[in-house]
Amino acid sequence: MKQIRTRIHDCGDDLRYRSVAWGRDGFARLLRAEFTKFRTVRAWMIALCAAAIVFVLLSFVSALASRAPVPAVPAGPGGEAVSDTYMFVHQALAGDGALTARVASLSGAHASPSPTAGNAFGRSSKGQPGAQLQPGLAPWAKAGIILEPDTNQGTAYAAVMVTGSHGVQMQYDYTHDSPGLAGPAGPSSPRWLRLTRAGDVITGYDSADGARWTEIGTARLARLPRTVQIGLFVTSPVYFPAGAGAPTSSVATASFDQVSARGDLPRRSWTGDPIAGFYPTVPSASTWQQRSAGAFTISGSGDIAPLVGDIISAQWAGASIVNGTIAALLFVIVIATLFATSEYRRGLINTTLAASPRRGRVLAAKAVVAGSLAFAAGTIATAVAEEVTRHVLAANGSYLFPQSGPALARVIIGTGLLLGLAAALAVALGTMLRRGAAAVAAGIVLLVLPGVLGSQSGNWLMRFTPTAAFAIQATLPRSDLVTGAYTPPNGYFPISPWAGLAVLAAYTAAALGAATWLLRRRDA
Amino acid sequence: MRESLHAEWTKLRTLASTFWLLLAAAALTAMVSAAAAAAVRCPSGGCADDPAKISLTGICLGQAVVAVVAVMAVSGEYGTGMIPVTLTATPRRLTVLAAKAAVLAGLVLVTGAIAVFASLLAGGLILPGRGIGPSHGYPAISPGDGPVLRAAFGSVLYLALIALLSLGAATAVREAAVAIGAVLGLLYLVPIIAVAAGNADLSRHLEQIAPMTAGLAIQATTGLNTLPIRPWAGLGVLAAWAAGALLLGGLLLRMRDA
Repeated sequence: MKQIRTRIHDCGDDLRYRSVAWGRDGFARLLRAEFTKFRTVRAWMIALCAAAIVFVLLSFVSALASRAPVPAVPAGPGGEAVSDTYMFVHQALAGDGALTARVASLSGAHASPSPTAGNAFGRSSKGQPGAQLQPGLAPWAKAGIILEPDTNQGTAYAAVMVTGSHGVQMQYDYTHDSPGLAGPAGPSSPRWLRLTRAGDVITGYDSADGARWTEIGTARLARLPRTVQIGLFVTSPVYFPAGAGAPTSSVATASFDQVSARGDLPRRSWTGDPIAGFYPTVPSASTWQQRSAGAFTISGSGDIAPLVGDIISAQWAGASIVNGTIAALLFVIVIATLFATSEYRRGLINTTLAASPRRGRVLAAKAVVAGSLAFAAGTIATAVAEEVTRHVLAANGSYLFPQSGPALARVIIGTGLLLGLAAALAVALGTMLRRGAAAVAAGIVLLVLPGVLGSQSGNWLMRFTPTAAFAIQATLPRSDLVTGAYTPPNGYFPISPWAGLAVLAAYTAAALGAATWLLRRRDA
Repeated sequence: MRESLHAEWTKLRTLASTFWLLLAAAALTAMVSAAAAAAVRCPSGGCADDPAKISLTGICLGQAVVAVVAVMAVSGEYGTGMIPVTLTATPRRLTVLAAKAAVLAGLVLVTGAIAVFASLLAGGLILPGRGIGPSHGYPAISPGDGPVLRAAFGSVLYLALIALLSLGAATAVREAAVAIGAVLGLLYLVPIIAVAAGNADLSRHLEQIAPMTAGLAIQATTGLNTLPIRPWAGLGVLAAWAAGALLLGGLLLRMRDA
């Protein structure tokens, strides 16, 4: 007993007097004792540093191995990454005016998905032009009227359109959307669309009969020039056809008639331009044909929408960080478990509990020490790994989604918290089970195995097991306007970031509670 | 060797934890398998699902418990100071390791057979109700079906090989927590990295050489031509890992002080 005191005080400095005064009944002193125990086992300190180094190294190697070069991705008016690829039959409009058209039919086809996994780019570039198209309309295939200041990539726009299975929609500037008439457009249910311009304000209307019109919504496009481009557009995005396991690019064909324009149209003739971007398309699918003065058949492939992760690249940049985190997690679980179980094996627990008979506090101090050290190592490692992987991925030509400062801070701090909570959970498991092998296996099964079983799809495992905490690393944009494979391997988690971390925190709290109860109840 | 086998059998048999852990391995395997089968949603058919593989999902968890049993068979001796006694009684150290491996493999084979049988039984009962059955064009889970039999038999062997791999690793590392961390890290880390890797060729190669992904190829009964590695070749990869671990453990056991 005296020796212990002496040992604790030996490693201290003047702080020891204050620490007694700070802590209620000497909790600070208990923390210091536990920290000394950790610090003086050299293998644990080395392993903790190794965890951070392995984190960074594995992130680095994962980033290095990923090769998914992507051409330039345009930024929309709000600075977000966007897709801007479509078939545009247009002419200039000076000043105010309107364009009305009837969509008589909308049909589609998709390329045959290749059986091998890969990204949409790989498939579309390998596909043979015009060959192996199968009928099928993408849910977000679009055909309608669009108005924009110019045809540059990522330009502002307002559009009213018929979609594959989302009815009539008015959309502007990629992220804004308001619904009009529901139901598909076809010979039995044609849709009349109208877009009017008055200064900066664009208004969209739809009608089922061409007589009674309903306003869908308005868009205010700031600093719209006097002369804008207005016309008909068709596009059809990458989607998941029924029965096919893989996403595939698609093409849509719309038949327009009763096209009539109002306002000052200086050129009085229509020009068809495929607006090409980086987006995967069915090759040579963009065509147009003017059947009569006011009737067109237009085919287009692509999308006008926010860009989401799985379209652009086979790999989510953050996957490197996830890999690093899991490797570090294995180290942290082993160290924290040993921190708890080695007391039992060496008989130190008797001394520890004699020195501080309030057992719950001993466990709390252990959890705090292990958790704080893992948090510190994890935060530093994540910050370094983020920096390193972004450099490597950029150098490889991979596209990196713009990431806000708060989101980056959330990933760095959150990953530290994930590792810290995992360490505390491992301490609790070690105290409960007292056997290193069983406790480590339990920790890994709880924290890592659900990722193995559930990473293919965003199922309940990633929501209700401690693995949910990995949601804290989610960074990719998600949009209701895009059919995407929002699954964990693509960087999308079925739970929000902080809620995911809270799930792990709840498991840790429950395990610490159970461990405290057991520690109090049984002999050491 | 006979005495050695008998000694190892007695040591393993008289530990209460061995029985409970093996029981837990079988029960958890069957429970997770049944849960995985119940979680499948394929009402209209046409899903790329493999009935036998789904029914054997629990092996992913069961192997962790088997690994704990194997690691504790060795590390327990180091933890309690039993190992000098064992090695004094049987100075031929490789014989000790071989006896441990034989006894452990036997126990795990029996456990594995029970776990696999229960898992396939659960899968065979649950899956047809979830749209994955003979009425939707899937092969039935029956013992008469060649691929299903191979998946079942192979999964039992898989568990035994995982036990041997863990035994070798524990003999080399000695510290139980580190050994189990290393084994489970090796098993679980690679599949996650392979899924997330942005390089299709690389992830395929990873899945070919990693013990878990290669070894579990034995469970596939449909879509064999899309597997990263052929079933028996995959189990061979795992066997090579187990042999390598045992070799390393044996060498270290011979060379160093107990």
